[in-house]
Amino acid sequence: MTAVDHTPAETGEGLAEDADQWTAKIRRFLMSNLPPGRLIPDRQPSYMASWIYIFGALTMGALAMVIISGGLLSVEGPTWWHASSVGLFVNSLHLWSVELFFFFMVVHLWGKFFMAAWRGNRALTWMTGVITFMASIGAGLTGYLSQTNFDSQWISTQAKDGLNGVGVGSFFNVLNFGQMLMWHIMILPLAVVAISVLHVLLVRTRGIVPPIELEPANSATATTGGEA
Amino acid sequence: MTAALAVVVAALVNITGPGHYIHWGFIQISVGNIIVISLMVVTFLAAILIPYHRKGGRS
Repeated sequence: MTAVDHTPAETGEGLAEDADQWTAKIRRFLMSNLPPGRLIPDRQPSYMASWIYIFGALTMGALAMVIISGGLLSVEGPTWWHASSVGLFVNSLHLWSVELFFFFMVVHLWGKFFMAAWRGNRALTWMTGVITFMASIGAGLTGYLSQTNFDSQWISTQAKDGLNGVGVGSFFNVLNFGQMLMWHIMILPLAVVAISVLHVLLVRTRGIVPPIELEPANSATATTGGEA
Repeated sequence: MTAALAVVVAALVNITGPGHYIHWGFIQISVGNIIVISLMVVTFLAAILIPYHRKGGRS
């Protein structure tokens, strides 16, 4: 190994002869789109001084509680969450954090809908939110199916006819408990968390949508608006 | 679990038994769902209408 007298990794610039490497390209992309000041900003535009802007953060907070409580349920298993008082508490924590997650997400959705938050090159931000909402509904359904009680049996037998009616029952079988559990604790949480992170990074990249009356004439260029 | 703790952690309403539904023409919705939707509408309106005061008075 050849010793060098400087560390390009610390400056984020790299050596000129390394400019074509994929690591350098990714680093340049991230530094231009998500510099630290934009990723974790100290200030936000003045029009964010409204309670309607807190519901996205509240949704992420509820999602964190969903993941933590769900992880505890996975560690201990059904007998624990049905029979022990602590298990019942964590089971209720999981349910009510999900209730709050959907509550906050719907208020966030209404707020962004009436702001037309897809303006200014923010269509991908909007669509990642839509996909997260859809994946969350699937996670909610498979969660009901994973309770291991009569409620989950009832819901699975009711859901199968509808899902068979739209032609997905052959590969998404709600009567197959093992499959539904795997969707609930692996595929759908991964999708919800991954797309939520992408959603937040897009918000950081493209900025909070300004009020319609403050929208610049050329809205095709993303803007973060005036600073408070 | 003590009796006092049981009162605190118990459900606010008796959730054992058949659900209650509201019928209005072809619309049928459970009381639980209409309560949650109403709370979301109230929260949404409150978030828009209640002023947001920032620390230090910056606006």
